[in-house]
Amino acid sequence: MKPAAFDYVAPRTVAEAVDALGTGGRRAQVLAGGQSLILEMRLERIRPDLVVDINRIPALDELRVRDGTLRVGALVRHRAFESAHAVPGPLGALFARAVGNIAHPPIRARGTMVGSVAWAHPASEWCAIAVALDADVEMAGPRGARNLAAGDFFQGPLKTAGQPGELITSVRYPLLGDDTGVGFVEHRRTHFCFAQVAAAAALTARGGVISEARIGLVNCADRPLRAHAAEAALTGVEIGPPLDGYRLPENHPFARAGRIAAERDAAPVAEPYADLEYRGHAIAVVVARTLCQAASDQRSRARALEGESR
Amino acid sequence: MKITLTVNGEEFPLDVEPRRVLADVLREDCRLTGTHLGCEHGVCGACGVLVDGEAVRSCLILAVQCDGSSVRTVEGLAGPDGEPSALQRAFSAEHALQCGFCTPGFLMVATGALEADPTLGDDPDRIEDLVRSNLCRCTGYEPIRRAITRAAQEARQLAP
Repeated sequence: MKPAAFDYVAPRTVAEAVDALGTGGRRAQVLAGGQSLILEMRLERIRPDLVVDINRIPALDELRVRDGTLRVGALVRHRAFESAHAVPGPLGALFARAVGNIAHPPIRARGTMVGSVAWAHPASEWCAIAVALDADVEMAGPRGARNLAAGDFFQGPLKTAGQPGELITSVRYPLLGDDTGVGFVEHRRTHFCFAQVAAAAALTARGGVISEARIGLVNCADRPLRAHAAEAALTGVEIGPPLDGYRLPENHPFARAGRIAAERDAAPVAEPYADLEYRGHAIAVVVARTLCQAASDQRSRARALEGESR
Repeated sequence: MKITLTVNGEEFPLDVEPRRVLADVLREDCRLTGTHLGCEHGVCGACGVLVDGEAVRSCLILAVQCDGSSVRTVEGLAGPDGEPSALQRAFSAEHALQCGFCTPGFLMVATGALEADPTLGDDPDRIEDLVRSNLCRCTGYEPIRRAITRAAQEARQLAP
């Protein structure tokens, strides 16, 4: 279908955009990359009266690091994260591992990370990473600017704590230190499908012992989740030597953490091709594999650090 | 809304409704029907064009968003004398099309990538990623991959 008729404005500043969004009583939508919005408008699941195109607001395309914090502006496209060096340290590596799972190059050239956060799809890679890393969502609105922790921002499928008239101007992530290893593993039916299950992990270890684990779950509930119970089960565990073969022993700490994530953290929703039993199994396997990847990344970073200090 | 698009070097002053996507405006207002519409959901990639050098789905971008932009479509690939581009010649040589419906999209996404990075031919994974961007229901992916690789290697040899 073709989108239903709407008015269109392309403001030049955030203040103008907020003014336009707040024009009383009309259903307004922010257009950034548009790769979900225009599709939803074609399907007429969204019928805005007004589309506010923020692509001509110059300040929003900034990717900036300051005081250990990465600030991703609302117009930074997915593609910006394809190189692991776009963002310093392990955070850049995590983004680069995740971004390849998002659609394909032409969509990644238009779609934005912040747009994914605003859209809040349960299968979004970026949303789960934001929750796992305690990112901050920065919004501008008629009553001024405010910040919200990602964990409080997502409230259900396509539901957020953002209010009508508010515009997300950026998402801020704490950078990860070099003692942290990262992993991202996604499982989906075909290359074109959304994630059936995916997981992001960041493991921080000192002296070979895990001091902090962060696990983000993609499409394991009606919203992005952090796997607190699985994380707690990993603290104080030895990161251990690399494992041979693909299948982890049942009693391996990562396999156990995967099962805990599936049983205690996740609240999966049944879908065609993926009933609850299947999803639970897939979550356990995907989390365990993500942890293996993060552990291997952590070991190689630790080796590189040792090499430097010699 | 009044907008101006530069399509394949030619200026088109247009008056379009905001609801109209770029693909429809190219086909109906600019009369450039080489850009095909398949799924209109951003999946198939038949509508691929370059906007300011970047490969995009023209079914998922509004024409009004492209005001002042430079658009290239499959009609803009051939030289002024009608000579096909190196990539088009490679598609022909490798039999990279059967029914041809998906071909404009593949040509544009590959043209954008080759122009952005002439070393593309050295990286089979990136070529595979590009080929996976679009659907070909004659399932001629392998010849398409070979054609892009061939054009990339030729461009590399010609480069000083």
